Amino acid sequence: MPLVKQGRITTDPFVHAVDGAELPDDGAILVPAARFLEDPEAVLKRAGKVGVIWPNNRDLDDLVPYLDRLAAVALVFPSFRDGRAYSQARLLRERHGYDGEMRATGQVLRDQFVFMSRAGFDAFEVKKDADADAFAATVKRYSVFYQPTGDGRVTAFNRRMQLRHSESAGQ
Amino acid sequence: MYAYDELDRTLINERVSEFRDQVKRRLAGELTEDEFKMLRLQNGVYLQLHAYMFRVAIPYGTLSSKQLRALARVARRYDRGYGHFTTRQNIQFNWIKLAELPDALADLAEVGIHAMQTSGNNMRNVTSDQWAGVAPGEVEDPRIWSEILRQHTTLHPEFSFLPRKFKIAITASEHDRAAIKVHDIGLRLHRNADGETGFEVLVGGGLGRTPFIAKTIKPFVPGRDILSYVEAILRVYNQYGRRDNIYKARIKILVHELGIEKFAREVDEEWRQMDGGGLTLDHSVIEEVRSRFSYPAYEKLPHMPDELKQAAHDPLFERWRKNSVAPHKVQGYSIVTLSLKPVGGPPGDATADQMDAVADLADRYSFGEIRVGHEQNLALPHVAKRDLPQLWKALDRIGLATPNVNLVTDIIACPGLDYCSLANARSIPIAQELTRRFANHDTAEMIGRLHINISGCINACGHHHVGHIGILGVEKNGEEFYQITIGGRADENAQMGALIGPAVPYAEVADVIEDIVEAYLALRDRPEELFVDTVKRLGVEPFKERVYATR
Amino acid sequence: MTSPLQQKIKITGPSMVTANRTSDGVVIYRTAQQGWSASLSDAAIVRTSDEARALLNEANADDVGAIGAYIAPVELKEGGEIKPGNLREHIRSKGLTIDLLPA
Repeated sequence: MPLVKQGRITTDPFVHAVDGAELPDDGAILVPAARFLEDPEAVLKRAGKVGVIWPNNRDLDDLVPYLDRLAAVALVFPSFRDGRAYSQARLLRERHGYDGEMRATGQVLRDQFVFMSRAGFDAFEVKKDADADAFAATVKRYSVFYQPTGDGRVTAFNRRMQLRHSESAGQ
Repeated sequence: MYAYDELDRTLINERVSEFRDQVKRRLAGELTEDEFKMLRLQNGVYLQLHAYMFRVAIPYGTLSSKQLRALARVARRYDRGYGHFTTRQNIQFNWIKLAELPDALADLAEVGIHAMQTSGNNMRNVTSDQWAGVAPGEVEDPRIWSEILRQHTTLHPEFSFLPRKFKIAITASEHDRAAIKVHDIGLRLHRNADGETGFEVLVGGGLGRTPFIAKTIKPFVPGRDILSYVEAILRVYNQYGRRDNIYKARIKILVHELGIEKFAREVDEEWRQMDGGGLTLDHSVIEEVRSRFSYPAYEKLPHMPDELKQAAHDPLFERWRKNSVAPHKVQGYSIVTLSLKPVGGPPGDATADQMDAVADLADRYSFGEIRVGHEQNLALPHVAKRDLPQLWKALDRIGLATPNVNLVTDIIACPGLDYCSLANARSIPIAQELTRRFANHDTAEMIGRLHINISGCINACGHHHVGHIGILGVEKNGEEFYQITIGGRADENAQMGALIGPAVPYAEVADVIEDIVEAYLALRDRPEELFVDTVKRLGVEPFKERVYATR
Repeated sequence: MTSPLQQKIKITGPSMVTANRTSDGVVIYRTAQQGWSASLSDAAIVRTSDEARALLNEANADDVGAIGAYIAPVELKEGGEIKPGNLREHIRSKGLTIDLLPA
């Protein structure tokens, strides 16, 4: 499953922690939420980077205290129809100020890329190779956005207001 | 009319090109049907019995003549020459080919029409009063707010994959013509004691398998805060709405299971933490949207022009005028409803030729503007009273002057088993038979206001629960049967109808409805007492007796 | 969601498999020659649940060509004529039961 970051297919530095097995002493790992929460301090004091895989039905409050020590948060789309992780992503970015890697995992398909990147995702475990190849083109599909989100894109309302100002300034 | 600017147009075109790519990938086998289904639904494409069905949005029910002609063109070029206006200010085409859909969308995009989010588990077309902006006594034009909400909910990055569909309706009049109490969110625009404009917010209404009347979650949300408040409701719903069972996934179930108080606390807590979330509407933003709604340059006209006085001698004209013409906020003008319920016709259907003719009449008599109401009729919102006689003749020629608005033959009906893959029973032939039974206009007038709503299955697209008489098609051992309810209503006093007894077979439905109407005529305490009020006064029993005594 | 391949299938009489064509939505019937036809008279008729399951699996495998395949009952007339087995299939096969214009 290709990983897309910064718009390009890239090698994944993170290793998924295997259930039941010992965590490796170093190297970047992605740990399931339940395992992480058993002993967060033990996981975090390892030498390597730590990311947590957070299910879409678990309250973010349990994760928030550790955000500034996490290198990645992976949110889950168990089905492409299940949109709970979009809310989680926006809350992490916009309310809790999380600025590390935010990864979309699960049923990640081409036609969600725009929504996901607007919600704050910047890493994508893409299900199909062809979709990963098409990432750069797909994510640029839209140039107009009606809603403000934490991604900083200027909204249509803002562009109109700017236009009005420049028009009235020119008079 | 709202004028799209370059940004709105760009977004629609970008959506068309995205959908063209999606269709291409589907036809090439790069997308499975399972993957594509959600993508096509997000753009209003269903699979029905005979073909794909294509649902196009008419935001808050406002169309320009140019847009209506474009719909006529789509009906002709890509479909079978007609379209069906729905109960949610959409139009549906029944025979669209998937391979041609991107072209149809591109044609519509040229006039600023789209099909975004007319189906799928996202925020649907924001609907409003079809008389918005012209109804006397309105707080203000609710379409300003409908448009703000339309933009905000279009391709929303957080709420495009909700547990289930989500419908918002707005009214700004005391009399609710938008059925806000049977929507996921209903917004009633009003002024508080300080003269500030804002919304009573209702939540959790809906029909379908588990019908609920919406409950007030907040009596007053200032206009500037409405986006953030709606966003807070959606965020709570997106996270906690049920996803394990499609029949329990609507927000009404969440509101019901939590209770409105607890649900309101959740929303308030989220809203407080959002602290505007960048969504607080500056006065200037609201004014910017307002400025893009243009209103006709009305003339100063007399209340009672000579043309109208003369035409009053023609009883047929008078009958139509009294039935289909409503007061306008500007003296000398009227709002004219165009009945899409001819005797024997499928409710809400219009041919491409009719659409073109209405567009021409709108240009001549209504400043190029047409409205679409949830009762599946059209309206011309700005007709000078002096033009009414001419307009009536022209409408009569194209079959759109049936004087039955709000009467027993003004039936709301879903497409039913003739078209729909969800239906259990037919709706349209039942409606057609009823219009023939009550074809006599004198009788219909004597009966007075009576709304019959028909759905071909429990999903209730024909709003049967809130019909004064509701008819619900069910299937029993392979035969079509119909459950009859009475006493429902969809307005500001919305309530669900009550079942009168066992379901009746297809062939008996019209007889039963005639019995119910005859019972009403015998039971009403004066001619002015409406059917629905007689039911309220007497309950179901006397009607039940009448219907089942001989069956 | 249960995969259509795993759904329990039980038929009580002669049946066929029908779907809609992906490109234009036209009603189609699975034939005995592993293809599709727009004519009900070309439909492959199955009489046992196993046959029905096999025909449906074969139909579902053609995800590009057809959508929403399912099993539906038919009536077999003397001389082998195939008639739709219920009202829904009658409407799909013969078209609308209504007049489109007021009458």
